[in-house]
Amino acid sequence: MAKITLSKLRHSYFPNPKSPSDYALKEIDLDWSDGGAYALLGPSGCGKSTLLNIISGLLVPSEGQILFDGQDVTELAPDKRNIAQVFQFPVIYDTMTVYDNLAFPLRNRGRDEATVRERVMAIAEMLEVTEMLEQKAAGLSPDNKQKISMGRGLVREDVNVVMFDEPLTVIDPHLKWKLRSKLKELHQRVKATMIYVTHDQTEALTFADQVVVMQLGEVVQIGTPVELFERPAHTFVGHFIGSPGMNVLPCRVEGGTAFFGDQAIALEGPIQGSPTANTEIGIRPEFVSLADSGLPATVTKVSDVGRHTVVECLANGTRINAITEGAGPDKGAAVHLNFTQSQTRLYVDGWIATLPQEAQT
Amino acid sequence: MKTENQKAWFFVLPVLVLVAFNALIPMMTVVNYSVQETFGDNVFFWQGLDWFQQILRSERFHAALGRQFLFTGLILAIEVPLGIAIALSMPRKGIWVPVCLVLMALPMLIPWNVVGAMWNIFTLPDIGLLGYFLNHVLGISYDMTQDPIAAWVTIITMDVWHWTSLVVLLAYAGLVSIPDAYYQAAKIDGATNWSVFRFIQLPKMKTVLTIAILLRFMDSFNIYTEPFVLTGGGPGNSTTMLSIDLVKIALGQFDLGPAAAMSLIYFAITLLVSWLFYTLMTKDDLN
Amino acid sequence: MQKRSIVPILYILFLLLPIYWLVAMSFKTTNEILSGFSLFPQTFTLDNYKVIFTDPSWYWGYINSISYVTINTVISILVALPAAYAFSRYRFLGDKQLFFWLLTNRMAPAAVFALPFFQLYSAVGIFDTYLAVALAHCLFNIPLSVWILEGFMGGIPKELDETAFVDGYSFPRFFATIFIPSIKAGVGVAAFFCFMFSWVELLLAKTLTAVAAKPIAATMTKTASSAGYELGLLAAAGTLTIIPGAIVIWFVRNYIAKGFAMGRV
Repeated sequence: MAKITLSKLRHSYFPNPKSPSDYALKEIDLDWSDGGAYALLGPSGCGKSTLLNIISGLLVPSEGQILFDGQDVTELAPDKRNIAQVFQFPVIYDTMTVYDNLAFPLRNRGRDEATVRERVMAIAEMLEVTEMLEQKAAGLSPDNKQKISMGRGLVREDVNVVMFDEPLTVIDPHLKWKLRSKLKELHQRVKATMIYVTHDQTEALTFADQVVVMQLGEVVQIGTPVELFERPAHTFVGHFIGSPGMNVLPCRVEGGTAFFGDQAIALEGPIQGSPTANTEIGIRPEFVSLADSGLPATVTKVSDVGRHTVVECLANGTRINAITEGAGPDKGAAVHLNFTQSQTRLYVDGWIATLPQEAQT
Repeated sequence: MKTENQKAWFFVLPVLVLVAFNALIPMMTVVNYSVQETFGDNVFFWQGLDWFQQILRSERFHAALGRQFLFTGLILAIEVPLGIAIALSMPRKGIWVPVCLVLMALPMLIPWNVVGAMWNIFTLPDIGLLGYFLNHVLGISYDMTQDPIAAWVTIITMDVWHWTSLVVLLAYAGLVSIPDAYYQAAKIDGATNWSVFRFIQLPKMKTVLTIAILLRFMDSFNIYTEPFVLTGGGPGNSTTMLSIDLVKIALGQFDLGPAAAMSLIYFAITLLVSWLFYTLMTKDDLN
Repeated sequence: MQKRSIVPILYILFLLLPIYWLVAMSFKTTNEILSGFSLFPQTFTLDNYKVIFTDPSWYWGYINSISYVTINTVISILVALPAAYAFSRYRFLGDKQLFFWLLTNRMAPAAVFALPFFQLYSAVGIFDTYLAVALAHCLFNIPLSVWILEGFMGGIPKELDETAFVDGYSFPRFFATIFIPSIKAGVGVAAFFCFMFSWVELLLAKTLTAVAAKPIAATMTKTASSAGYELGLLAAAGTLTIIPGAIVIWFVRNYIAKGFAMGRV
């Protein structure tokens, strides 16, 4: 178990990167504490797999350092780092039995058979695969294969970190939640640091204590699932997390007040600096309500998604979603929208630019 | 899932007609000859299974069959491991890959008698590159028209030159289909190069290697043109393979009955051994 | 460059040496060849090639070979396509047995069939024609094509067919405009192997021809035995037989490794 520090990490797949766009990873500084459950969340191509491969040692970064418990491991080979990785597609050794698969990492490190047996039996019991131990691994179902892949990572008692690279991609939907809760349970039992890479917000938010959201090779926000939902630091996070995502309305700022069209919008707190261009208002649909007065808008679509209703409106040529309980208004109806002030924020160049009210006092 | 549809027979009908025309009619002719004796003028006598008994007991056939198995065994023992080793050491991507593949496939696209002629020119004792090098630079006395051992070494080398690329290409096709994650996982698991080969590469190459071994077996067991052009079966009968012997009997001596019986025995052996190979190599999959 | 790339480099050198020797020979005069060993042609000559390009009995050999190889490739692919489709999409009475029987023909020694072929093709009156050789080579090229194409077709989901039929495509139109384009790599690979095995085969080609359709390879055999030992000429003719193969292989270089791997065992 170890604390993982990434310091001034940059990586490019080109030998001589010039512009920032040549970098797959742009300057990353991160601290992951021992025994935590983390998720790396972002769309495909955001650099999360690159980051994962750097931590596991399959890639050596162009610049920067990786420290395990303060010790520099940047140049260390994967098998010297005591890490484990579970891949997108289950990687198993087809010709071996399940038992030999689980024993493989231990035997390669020269553990005696008694220790091997004890560890394999413990892990098999945890993963509920004890009755399959003597079977050939090739004949297993995809979810069991993926369990074995995980097991090979967890079987070593000295792993610093276990990494999961979109491990549920090939698993049937009805088995996904089962494996996901199994993972959560395993984390509580073995207390290893775990990093879970995914583009699926549900997987990230249910697994992790801390979620790292990445976009275009940059970390845009680190926070608990609640923080990411309630106070996205970047419009990208607002968009990416939540269903539907945060409403983003283009606006102009005059004398410390934000205007959407002609309408002044009350923000959660004062604006930092005096921005002039690229200003946007961000508000989640959960905090937009239909009212008698407020921003005038036309309903363009109403969809009942079960527990609540999503009302899609058009105001000043911009689409705004609102979430209401019960039946919504008819399509084409003229309505007024009300924004909860404490949840209305201003973004400049995509980044949050308002301070919450209580932060002032 | 495939659907049951008897009309599919119409799709295979052209294939069936063409192959049957080429396979069944000549095969019936062969069977017909194999049970009869002729003294020319299209007069035939019923002979029963005598030819088969005669061939199966003849020392000439035993010797040719023995040489054939020795040849096939040797080239399989050389070409398969060598082909795998070369495939393993090839780069997996980059601009050199197509160049390597094209150069390696080149020998397979040369007409078989040209291959024989080429190796003949290459090994001529005084004016061939290899012959000159062995005789006059290394001082090894080498003349395959005189020395049966030299003739065998040359024929084996020629076949290795001609066909190892087939094993390389197939093994390589199997190797590049292995996802990177397997190698990464093996690295993390602390596997040695040998374990990577034994537990990842070899199992993933198994299908293509089965094809490679089967094809190499069939083609080497049926080999005719290259050794015929290179050595003519000599010196003596030392490199007379089954096919060469068969053509000698059928066209050289015009002994149609024994030649036909020998053809059928030959074909049966090829089928039997192919089937054995196939069953042995796919046995694990069935369990 | 990595240390292990020495293995393929050595191997390729080993492959190229006899070919180099053949090409070098073809540029030497008969005098130089017989007078002793020389690593490079001392008196560079194109005479050997001139003979081939001016003597009809030589250059017709090439035209004959290329003609029957082309006819064979076209026939093999055309009949193998629907058959491979049937094997990859449908179950029918005797399908497995039929598939296996087709493959057994790949195992038949050509020497076994030489004489019966001669009699059969003489009887139907197409002895010494391109068609005779092209049809005879179908014996091993059709099974191979069916095998390769079936492998490639197995990789195309059945939903493609079903979607097209729902969209109102007739079967022939679907097959020609949607299905074949989606397996064109497979068609290329199968055509390549047909070309290869028909081009390199000599025993049947020689048996089934006399004058009109005589393949280049057979012309060479004749030269080697009858016209004395004209090594330079023989080498030039041999060199020219390598070229068509080299051209064809360059076109399919990206698919060749996949060719057999896609077929099922």
